[in-house]
Amino acid sequence: MSKMIQNLGDAIKASGLKDGMTISFHHHLRNGDFVLNMVLEEIAKLGLKDLTVQASSLFDCHAPLIDHIKSGVVTGIETNYMTGRLAKAVSEGLLKKPVRFRSHGGRPAAIDTGRVHIDVAFVAAPAADRMGNANGVSGPSACGSLGYAIPDSRRADKVVIVTDYLCDYPLFPCSIEETDVDFVVKVDRIGDPKGIVSGTTQMTRDPVALTIARYAADVISASGLLKEGFSFQTGAGGASLAVTKYLEPMIQKLGVQGSFGLGGITGYLVDMLEKGYFRELMDVQCFDLKAVESIRTNPNHHEVSATRYASPAAKTSCVDSLDVVVLGATQIDTDFNVNVHTDSNGYITGGSGGHSDTAAGAKLTMIVAPLFRARLPIVVNKVLCKSTPGHTVDVLVTQRGVAVNPQNKDLYAAIKSSGLPMTDIHDLKNMAEAYTGAPGGTVPQGRIVADVEYRDGSIIDHIRCVK
Amino acid sequence: MRRTMLFIPGNSPAMLLNADIHQSDAVILDLEDAVAPGEKDAARMLVRNAIQSLDYGKTEIIVRVNPLDTDYIRGDLEAIVPLKPDLIMPTKVSDAEYIHQVDQMMNEIEEKHGIPVGTVGLIPLLETAEGIENAYSIAKSSKRVKALFLGAEDLSTDLQAIRSKKSDEILYARGRIVLAARAAGVEVYDTPFTDVNDDEGLLQDATFARSIGFTGKASISPRHVSAINEVFSPSLEDITYAQEVMEAIEEGKRQGKGAVSLRGKMIDKPIVDRARKVLEAARELGLGGTHE
Repeated sequence: MSKMIQNLGDAIKASGLKDGMTISFHHHLRNGDFVLNMVLEEIAKLGLKDLTVQASSLFDCHAPLIDHIKSGVVTGIETNYMTGRLAKAVSEGLLKKPVRFRSHGGRPAAIDTGRVHIDVAFVAAPAADRMGNANGVSGPSACGSLGYAIPDSRRADKVVIVTDYLCDYPLFPCSIEETDVDFVVKVDRIGDPKGIVSGTTQMTRDPVALTIARYAADVISASGLLKEGFSFQTGAGGASLAVTKYLEPMIQKLGVQGSFGLGGITGYLVDMLEKGYFRELMDVQCFDLKAVESIRTNPNHHEVSATRYASPAAKTSCVDSLDVVVLGATQIDTDFNVNVHTDSNGYITGGSGGHSDTAAGAKLTMIVAPLFRARLPIVVNKVLCKSTPGHTVDVLVTQRGVAVNPQNKDLYAAIKSSGLPMTDIHDLKNMAEAYTGAPGGTVPQGRIVADVEYRDGSIIDHIRCVK
Repeated sequence: MRRTMLFIPGNSPAMLLNADIHQSDAVILDLEDAVAPGEKDAARMLVRNAIQSLDYGKTEIIVRVNPLDTDYIRGDLEAIVPLKPDLIMPTKVSDAEYIHQVDQMMNEIEEKHGIPVGTVGLIPLLETAEGIENAYSIAKSSKRVKALFLGAEDLSTDLQAIRSKKSDEILYARGRIVLAARAAGVEVYDTPFTDVNDDEGLLQDATFARSIGFTGKASISPRHVSAINEVFSPSLEDITYAQEVMEAIEEGKRQGKGAVSLRGKMIDKPIVDRARKVLEAARELGLGGTHE
């Protein structure tokens, strides 16, 4: 038997896709993804309407979705992160039905427990064989881990593998197994490598971000968690990533080995693995070519599914064993609630991703952010969107002080005796406003354009139309 | 205690906002080389407003003004001196007469604003052959002069020397400026190390500067500050030795001994003076050292 189908149009027909159904996509090809746009173009040609796009994240390259929404092909979007032109259009009221935002752990939980039903999953695969065994580590569009595609491929009614690099059967390693796959389609290209992963992740040279990172590393050291078996996750940008730069010599000096580095993996965490500072890397997504090469060749660098990464419906997931996570914020309020969904004007610019999952799981959840960006303070009275609840956040680190959530009494005591510049979060807000003035309130008052679902399935906040 | 002086371009609002977070003991808010001629007036206003409205806490404020042979210096001084920064850094200082002229301008400005004359100090930047040659007389030219600062980039050009990382070409100038400053009883600061990415080179350069008597070193990169601070802070061994010296002296006094030795060496006055300075610095930096 063969699962090979001539073209995408025929695969869509074969999948039995009908009006009103839900189709899913992963975001491992990030801003270089061609597959979502190709699939929707074929769906539009077939005259299907009223579909829900269930995508783990959406980027600027997915702007063609705007026209599919206008023409009624797509009427629902569920995602964990959204940026670029589509996010702007949604903020301005493009979709009638509110977007449903979840987290990287909440999404697989919803899929695995049946709260989200996927009719057809279209899985972009950098390498696949004719039976649908697929991985992300080979081929011209290699992206490394395929962690976010795994729950979809296991639970969707129909699974279509879309690849530009067809390999001989059987393909190993395989992230997606043939047991879950219905059809395989070979296309010319699934993505643009330049948009898929960055060549090399660059460490910031911004002295303010480096100062914040230095304080953050000192907070980790003062917390007492930096010991044998330490586990760690950090973001790929700005001050978050720079924390690794200051952490490395601390680990070296202590002579300890971490148990694992988690998350979206960059070359910097790979370096730490190779130097022996971590025993394993658990990788749900690769951010640069070094990470892709490492997951392909290093037996201690492991792919994990989104479920295993962060699902609260799993018996346990990696975030439950996480010691420290370093996260960013567009806003944080004096109750430590964090906004990573919108900018200060209420426009959608992102989403939780793994933010609220790691915050809930980690023993020490740190937010690193400058005290103000351009003319806007980062610490506010009330965040425009509650992405991550304050009770899961332990400390805010800025260039002008470290504010510990008073609920975490142990950390409060540890930081107080550490010599770090400790301040109350209200004082940080006042300090920022002394520089910038209190910002005039821009609180969007329009109808609800997005519901933000917390990882447990409850609605934690809404995002309103900016117009 | 001024170990580091970090240059901050006077025309960069973002850097001015965060000038004091990099743990340098002083910041040099620059109106001179960092600022293009078309932006001189804007930078002057920006620096003035920064000093007026921002709280730099314990960080000393030094403002580098334009040279005497430009039209900018009077405007620079008129805008900045009334705000009483810790020091003004005149540039391309060639001789004592240069300082006399700056001194005169500052006297007038201070008088006009009801500030006691002589309040604002000077740290002349010596960056010409003539300036180095006249270092001692410059240091002695006015009570405002608190320190001398060596600028190696312009100096190398003036010397027709080839600027190198090893810095042999400025060896004489370094020795000369340290000698002049110490003879005049003022502090002395070394030129910045300009390769921002060479941490090892920075460490060697700063360690050498300290070893020949510089008080501290300027920096053009916030990334260099902590290494320079470390080099110019007394080490734990320095502090321990200094404490032992003071204890030995006390013990000697108690026993009525004229000469005291420690670790098999005689302790003479220079050793005691040095120990006192180390303990003073350690106290200021909160590094321990409780002995009086």
